[in-house]
Amino acid sequence: MNVKAYIAIFLAILLPVQIQAQGFSGLGSNADGFALPQPGPSFSFPADHGPHPDFRIEWWYVTANMTGADGKEYGLQWTLFRTALKPVTRDGWSSPQLWMGHAAITTPDAHFVAERRARGGIGLAGVTAEPFAAWIDEWQMSGTDMNDVTLSAQGSDFAYDVRLVAVGPVVPQGQDGYSEKSAEGQASYYYSQPFYRLSGVLTLPDGPVEVTGEAWLDREWSSQPLSADQTGWDWFSLHFDGGDKLMGYRLRDATGTPHMIATWIAADGTPTPYQAGALTAEPLATARVEGRDIPVRWRLQMPERGLDITIDALNPQSWMSTSIAYWEGPVRATGTHPGRGYLEMTGYE
Amino acid sequence: MWRAGLVALLSHWRRKPLQLLTLLTGLALATALWSGVQAINAQARASYASAAQSLGETRYAQLVPMSGATIDQTVYVTLRRAGWQVSPIVEGRISAAGESYRLIGFDPLTVPLGIAPEAADFGGNLGNFLTPPGQIFAAPDAATLLQGQFQAEVISAENLAPGLLLADIATAQDVLDLQGQLSRLLVLPDQPMIQPEISDMAPMLQLRPPRQDSDIARLTDSFHLNLTAFGLLSFAVGLFIVHGAIGLAFEQRRPMFRTLRALGLPLGNLVALIGLELLIFALLAGAVGMALGYLIAAALLPDVAATLRGLYGAEVTGALSLRPSWWLAGMAIAVLGTSVAGAGAVWRVSRLPLLAAAQPRAWARASERRLWGLTGAAVTLCLIALSAWLFGSGLVAGFVLLGSLLVASALLLPVLLHLLLGLAATGAKGALAQWFWADTRQQLPGLSLALMALLLALAANIGVGTMVSSFRLTFTGWLDQRLASELYVSAPTPAEAPALRAFLEQRADTVLPIWHAQARVAGQTAEIYGVVDHATYRDNWPMLDLAPDAWDRVAAGTGVMVNEQLARRDDLWVGQTVDMPSGWRAEIVGVYSDYGNPAGQIIIGIDQLTARFPEAEKRRFGVRIDPAKTTELARELRDDFGLPPDNITDQAAIKAFSLGVFERTFTVTASLNVLTLSVAGFAILTSLLTLASVRQPQLAPVWALGLTRMRLARIEVIRALILAAITVIAAIPVGLLLAWLLLAVINVEAFGWRLPMHVFPGDWLRLGALSLLAAVLAALWPARRLARTPPADLLKVFANER
Repeated sequence: MNVKAYIAIFLAILLPVQIQAQGFSGLGSNADGFALPQPGPSFSFPADHGPHPDFRIEWWYVTANMTGADGKEYGLQWTLFRTALKPVTRDGWSSPQLWMGHAAITTPDAHFVAERRARGGIGLAGVTAEPFAAWIDEWQMSGTDMNDVTLSAQGSDFAYDVRLVAVGPVVPQGQDGYSEKSAEGQASYYYSQPFYRLSGVLTLPDGPVEVTGEAWLDREWSSQPLSADQTGWDWFSLHFDGGDKLMGYRLRDATGTPHMIATWIAADGTPTPYQAGALTAEPLATARVEGRDIPVRWRLQMPERGLDITIDALNPQSWMSTSIAYWEGPVRATGTHPGRGYLEMTGYE
Repeated sequence: MWRAGLVALLSHWRRKPLQLLTLLTGLALATALWSGVQAINAQARASYASAAQSLGETRYAQLVPMSGATIDQTVYVTLRRAGWQVSPIVEGRISAAGESYRLIGFDPLTVPLGIAPEAADFGGNLGNFLTPPGQIFAAPDAATLLQGQFQAEVISAENLAPGLLLADIATAQDVLDLQGQLSRLLVLPDQPMIQPEISDMAPMLQLRPPRQDSDIARLTDSFHLNLTAFGLLSFAVGLFIVHGAIGLAFEQRRPMFRTLRALGLPLGNLVALIGLELLIFALLAGAVGMALGYLIAAALLPDVAATLRGLYGAEVTGALSLRPSWWLAGMAIAVLGTSVAGAGAVWRVSRLPLLAAAQPRAWARASERRLWGLTGAAVTLCLIALSAWLFGSGLVAGFVLLGSLLVASALLLPVLLHLLLGLAATGAKGALAQWFWADTRQQLPGLSLALMALLLALAANIGVGTMVSSFRLTFTGWLDQRLASELYVSAPTPAEAPALRAFLEQRADTVLPIWHAQARVAGQTAEIYGVVDHATYRDNWPMLDLAPDAWDRVAAGTGVMVNEQLARRDDLWVGQTVDMPSGWRAEIVGVYSDYGNPAGQIIIGIDQLTARFPEAEKRRFGVRIDPAKTTELARELRDDFGLPPDNITDQAAIKAFSLGVFERTFTVTASLNVLTLSVAGFAILTSLLTLASVRQPQLAPVWALGLTRMRLARIEVIRALILAAITVIAAIPVGLLLAWLLLAVINVEAFGWRLPMHVFPGDWLRLGALSLLAAVLAALWPARRLARTPPADLLKVFANER
């Protein structure tokens, strides 16, 4: 997932005052010996499913749209963030690798959130590529390889335990996995697995619900992803009923119109990257969420693909009340390309 | 009229500046003593609160080891990975730059929000805190001292309790040499939905529920109650002065009141004006008193802080910080005190007959009715004391008992004096002697308050003095018994302990392990010590009660010994059994005294300790050696074995330290005692001045009958001396009763130990002489004035005969 990246995890564990002062772009400034993404990468799997500790930040980000045995729509999020204070690994408490997990379930009328933080080096959290395992405390994403994994997490009022089976290939984003974030050259390595079939059980306060659906994994790592004047982003990932997928995001800055970057993913997994201007997004309606106005209905247009759809939040109150708060939840698409997906919005004050 | 009335009232003080000074001084002193004690208590409580906050102890449940001192770090990881939201804490004491500190390490990522980071904001860079060399946060004073003492950077943080150091868990583990070990786990309030049982996951841990107030606050409560009681006593004695001064001023202004009323000032307005006048004085003297109180508190606080650290391990900031609530409370108590002291006078003014003679009422009679009233009140108080004794429990009941008996004794003093003087009058021969006794009896109502104050101050002095001296005698004897080993050494790490023991065994007569573990016994944390079977213990251990073959049974593992605190708290005595951790029921074969230790303690055989408490701390040893060789052995330990000097303590040093703690504990008490006695002396002075100023009509006839002024003055001094002497003699039994209550009731409740009482008649003599001297000095001034009264003034009495 992409722009989520710019969640400055490091800042999340600092004082709230500083978070407000620096905003979501606080990491954009310098690199302190961390490796920088270079154009033209060639990913090597399964090794690149594992961590890259010489980069400052990295995440394993799963979102899923599901239908319950009760006929209701559900959304699910499972995220593991890694942030490094220094570009090294060490055993024990002195490891500079820090981890944070976010988990959520969204129903049409409720949104459940949990957050975890842990230090690397003593076994509380980490990722191994082979066999694949990503974990923080008891939350896990693991399997013999990335194509068949179980995913679990829980909070004080919810839990889930689901299985993800890949029915399509891993898809590089941007130029073969090199994703530019600003004209000054900030960039990240970025690939997705948007072809997971999901089945499993959500446990809610009212009891367990059997669910099936589709999930989307985003993998991204970088060291200086955002430029200083970028204030937030809106990010879409959509599964169309016809089998195609669309990823699109726009970075907002203090001046000018936000530019939207997109990748169209054909049903067979072939990606087509688009530069700014191909896809446009226009907020149509806002909802009052936690004391601020957040757009929860959008119009997306992409003339080149004949796309003109309206995006509606399943639950407008999908607020992630984590140390750095943001909006993230399942959406429904209607229009030329019906389907469903996920929307993330940050930086709305 | 208002303005004129107030000016008229205040003009009195311009003509009698001394009286004004007396009034203000008394009120300021009372306020100062009270608010000083309050400031000390508030400071200490604030320090406890901030220390407890830093640990997160007040608000969170914790997982602590069942036995032993630490938890293996892997247990923490296992619990988190099983779904338990816990946060690790490692803590220990370290010595650095000559001071002892408590170092607490925590993990800022998992610690519940709002605990430790409140004290330390990480200087804006969490990275430097988390990664080597790390950072250590300390209170500003400590931070200055500790610069360069650690690899980690030492950073000053406001609001941190003194003696407390905060660091990341990795830094703390390194400094404490506890790599891979944790002290306890905080259980976060928000736990996930699905969890295994904690007893399945970590059977070696037990859950300790969150506590409302920390152990420190509970333990030190008794100490602060003691201080408060003393503050209250001083305040009460100070009010006697105020009462005397106000009474005198009102007596002298009776003609003025009548004149004002006759000029048309309504009674309500007069009373309001008097109230306003008193309020002005209360605020004025209150402000001065607060400043004095601050000085007293600042002077006493270092001793109090040292005491609390030595006795309870509680850290209190040595520098006083002032809180607005303290100012408000102090001013309120000044106003309240003034109204109590002035209420009687104002009431009499409100009943002042407009047309009656407005002469000072020097002839107020010591009526039978008043004496019966006093006796009744005293009997009531004795009944209250009796019921507190029979039905009450705890420290508050102890103080009720003590306070009621003290006040009852004070109330009975005028009755006693009245009876004694009456007896003396019947036996008196000659006109002068008969006049002397009758006149003395006549003056009792005016003097009795001051004499009561003196009685209270003297009784408190004798009582507290007896307690302190008894304690000192018992304590030094106990120290000699308890500290039998010549040298005490501890290995820097558990790993080095066996080598240290081997090294010592080659050079010393005997090496006694001093190994201990912490455990929960009868619901509270207790220390468990393992001892070897050795004559050192059989010969020296200070036993209160001992079963036959007790030491053999401890060595065989069939019996344990408990300290007096534990025995009294849970009523566990020889012959009974105590439930030890892991289901062990042990029979008690001995109870020993253990002064200066607020916690429960149990002695078991060393084999039992190693078998049942595998995680016990095994680093300390007592060394028996020819005293002449201790210096040599200490040098060898330092130079040949490489033991840090901090780890070697000789017997004399421990004794000196313990006695130092003891002396400081009672410095505060002694200071308050001296202040109280001075206040009482001052009360006598003001009372005598009051009487002297209104007694001319009574003395003039005696002078006219032929007694010289000088002789009259001498009689006045003798009278003060006799009254003071009777009071001193009456104070001795009251003081002894007080001492007995302090030793047998208050100490048991407050500290958990009972002390044998020793009496020190020499001290009473000194105190009595001091009181008589004070009374004479107080009487000399009015007597001198009498001796120099111009005869014309005395003659005028007859000219104005009413």
